[in-house]
Amino acid sequence: MSHTIYPEPATRSEEEGMLHGLYREGDPISDAKAPAGPIQGRWSQRKFDAKLVNPANRRKLSVIVVGTGLAGGAGAATLGEAGYNVKAFCYNDSPRRAHSIAAQGGINAAKNYKEDGDSTYRLFYDTVKGGDYRSRESNVYRLAEVSATIIDQCVAQGVPFAREYGGLLDNRSFGGVQVSRTFYARGQTGQQLLIGAYQALERQIAAGTVEMFTRHEMVELIVVDGRARGIIARDMVTGEIETHLADAVVLASGGYGNVFFLSTNAMGCNVTATWRAHRKGAYFGNPCYTQIHPTCIPVHGDKQSKLTLMSESLRNDGRIWVPKRKEDCDKDPRQIPEEDRDYYLERIYPSFGNLVPRDIASRQAKNMCDEGRGVGPEVAGQGRRGVYLDFAEAIERMGRDAVSAKYGNLFDMYERITGENPYEVPMRIYPAVHYTMGGLWVDYDLESTIPGLFVAGEANFSDHGANRLGASALMQGLSDGYFVLPNTIRDYLASGPYPKVDESHPAVVEAQEAVRRRIEHFLTCNGTRSVDSFHRELGLLMWEYCGMERTEEGLKYAIEKIRELKKEFWSNVRVLGGAEELNQSLERAGRVADLIELGELMCIDALHRRESCGGHFRAESQTEEGEALRDDEDFAYVAAWEWAGENEPPVLHKEDLVYEFVEMKQRSYK
Amino acid sequence: MRITLKIWRQAGPKDSGRVATYQVDDVSEDMSFLEMLDVLNEDLNDKGEEPIAFDSDCREGICGQCGVVINGQPHGPEVTTTCQLHMRSFKDGDTITVEPWRASAFPVIKDLVVDRGAFDRIIQAGGFISANTGAAPEAHAVPVPKKKADRAFEAAACIGCGACVAACPNAAAMLFMGAKITHLGELPQGQPERWNRVRAMVNQHDEEGFGGCTNIGACSAACPKEIPLDVISTLNKDLFTSLRK
Repeated sequence: MSHTIYPEPATRSEEEGMLHGLYREGDPISDAKAPAGPIQGRWSQRKFDAKLVNPANRRKLSVIVVGTGLAGGAGAATLGEAGYNVKAFCYNDSPRRAHSIAAQGGINAAKNYKEDGDSTYRLFYDTVKGGDYRSRESNVYRLAEVSATIIDQCVAQGVPFAREYGGLLDNRSFGGVQVSRTFYARGQTGQQLLIGAYQALERQIAAGTVEMFTRHEMVELIVVDGRARGIIARDMVTGEIETHLADAVVLASGGYGNVFFLSTNAMGCNVTATWRAHRKGAYFGNPCYTQIHPTCIPVHGDKQSKLTLMSESLRNDGRIWVPKRKEDCDKDPRQIPEEDRDYYLERIYPSFGNLVPRDIASRQAKNMCDEGRGVGPEVAGQGRRGVYLDFAEAIERMGRDAVSAKYGNLFDMYERITGENPYEVPMRIYPAVHYTMGGLWVDYDLESTIPGLFVAGEANFSDHGANRLGASALMQGLSDGYFVLPNTIRDYLASGPYPKVDESHPAVVEAQEAVRRRIEHFLTCNGTRSVDSFHRELGLLMWEYCGMERTEEGLKYAIEKIRELKKEFWSNVRVLGGAEELNQSLERAGRVADLIELGELMCIDALHRRESCGGHFRAESQTEEGEALRDDEDFAYVAAWEWAGENEPPVLHKEDLVYEFVEMKQRSYK
Repeated sequence: MRITLKIWRQAGPKDSGRVATYQVDDVSEDMSFLEMLDVLNEDLNDKGEEPIAFDSDCREGICGQCGVVINGQPHGPEVTTTCQLHMRSFKDGDTITVEPWRASAFPVIKDLVVDRGAFDRIIQAGGFISANTGAAPEAHAVPVPKKKADRAFEAAACIGCGACVAACPNAAAMLFMGAKITHLGELPQGQPERWNRVRAMVNQHDEEGFGGCTNIGACSAACPKEIPLDVISTLNKDLFTSLRK
């Protein structure tokens, strides 16, 4: 079997300059382009400094947007409104289906409508602290500053946020936060915000400023003279390989949580757009930062394809517990008296209780199950993997109708999936992979290390640090799309014009050829294993060794296994059907190929970061009480990884994180 | 459980299609319907037979991408999306027929995958509020009575899956359209474009080849998000009002 595209890696551990036998270190990143001065004025300053493009000239400029969820959809609509020529791409049949739609809980904004002490500065402070001091102050401040405007924009579009009887907007509180700043639309906030952005986008499509390509997948980035100038896309219906050229390219293609196979991500979520850009020179920032969400429905079987999240808002009224004694774990929870229950979050973290941040809630659930006090069915070889989320007390306090009004759709969903009625029996929950804080490295302008390539939303690494607070992803997606990108891309475009490129350019031809070779390889490989079988195997490795807890030994083992898996994948995958038709196995093959390579980089990143922070918990770095222990002395930086070539060790560039406004402290929620 | 499946196979838009019969053993009642199809596809792949193409993405009942007709009912016997239908709704030994959405405005692309682009074009015709980025007034500047907000929300829950069209004997998309018109028409922000919106959307609906509504109600009965039938009354009322304006 030929696997000439990916020859066997050489053993390089003894080579000079290699660290841990896995990577090299390159020059640090010295400038992320944030303006200096008081943090309150930085974004205004940047907007003022950004050059203008006069309306007549905008018609002559073009932008490609890949991914049309909250960040991409909002960005494409806004750039279209401004008068640029926009081409937008999504792999679904409609931009309304982007995975932003599945976000349930809410979106934060520093409106201080509750007069409970909230402010832009407090949202900024909470987000930096919540991110475990691994995000940039300038970016996070901008996010907090823009947040209030996002709500205005969405309300004007007709997003039906929850309202009080007086007609004004309602708020609720969310994990990790002590003020009510979360705007919501029952348990469908993501859907409603996305539909708002989608409608704005469809309006521009009708107006002719945006050309929409649905069921299209970006499979290669075109870089000409060091600048991003276009993409190669595959029409997923006809199989046609298309070339699209532009003056700038925006990737808003979401996160890569599907590297774990089982996650709360939609089935199609993948890393291809960003990974192809990485291989063309865009650095990949903090790939190991994965958010594990504490409130998912536990795994039920080995044929499962997907995990389902229950909104974190449930933690506002539900109480989390496990039995005090192992022997009670298989009992009907209603038969376990109060004194035999361990409300462990309320016990360990009295001031935050069930509302501790996600990383803490997740890890404690794992600890309870590791101690043998998990509940629910036995999962092969792993014991019981579940804890109770109990609404009995809330039902008593508020009445069943009030609980139903607040959480009814979530309760219905739970019952549909598990066959159990959560009004009668406590829900069971367990952590699952939910969001990836890593992504392509970008500067303050959201520009990657490839000039002209901008990255927005979950696809970039920028605003959440090592951990993401509840209701902050929707905020970042819309902030990037509606307000940040349109201002920073303008500056880039104004610095043009960039020389015309046509389809005969060698860089274009080379990108097209690379795509054709990959497709041909998959269709002629004639192996014995399905794409999904490789994906599941990768996922198990990642969850076991690069999941909620990571160790030096485990990560080294995983890297070795992933390399073997990659080799087998390229020589033994079976993809049936043809290239020039709708071929879902072929689509997945390309994505899994990229997820495998990403998985290896995630493990290398996790291995090199010998500290615990946020969603990255290294067993070797914890306090005596078992909490995550950061090492600010050695690791207060962004790890930005450079692709060094096929089977070459990646190069690590460090961007130091400087905290001028928020003092770095051990995070404590006790 | 052991399940027999009769599934629509169609190689492409021009192929006439046929029903193929498959057997899936070892189905657990905790599996979703789509996971059962995944198992069948793995088996087909092993045998060297091309897997069945079907649409799905979030598998959480919210993106609206999945959807097939199961035993004659869009999304199957429960009021939910296909991805949230679980095999506990069936019995050991059952034979289940699986077909794509049937409507001339939703052409089949392959097997169970159809093209619902017509829905996007109906939205393009006017299913939005024209609010350019950055020009919005303070969110509290316009209070919305809770009753209206709740009604708007109820209609806004539509996920655009197309089950309403598949259920309708006339293949009308009135429930989909009525939901959007009700959502935006209930809100003060939606008033300036209200009358143009309804005319433009109805015109586009007819142009796409959807049929007319004859008040059968199968759409609302099949809707996984339980969009109420009276959004169609709201649509009709708005349409008549707009024609008099």
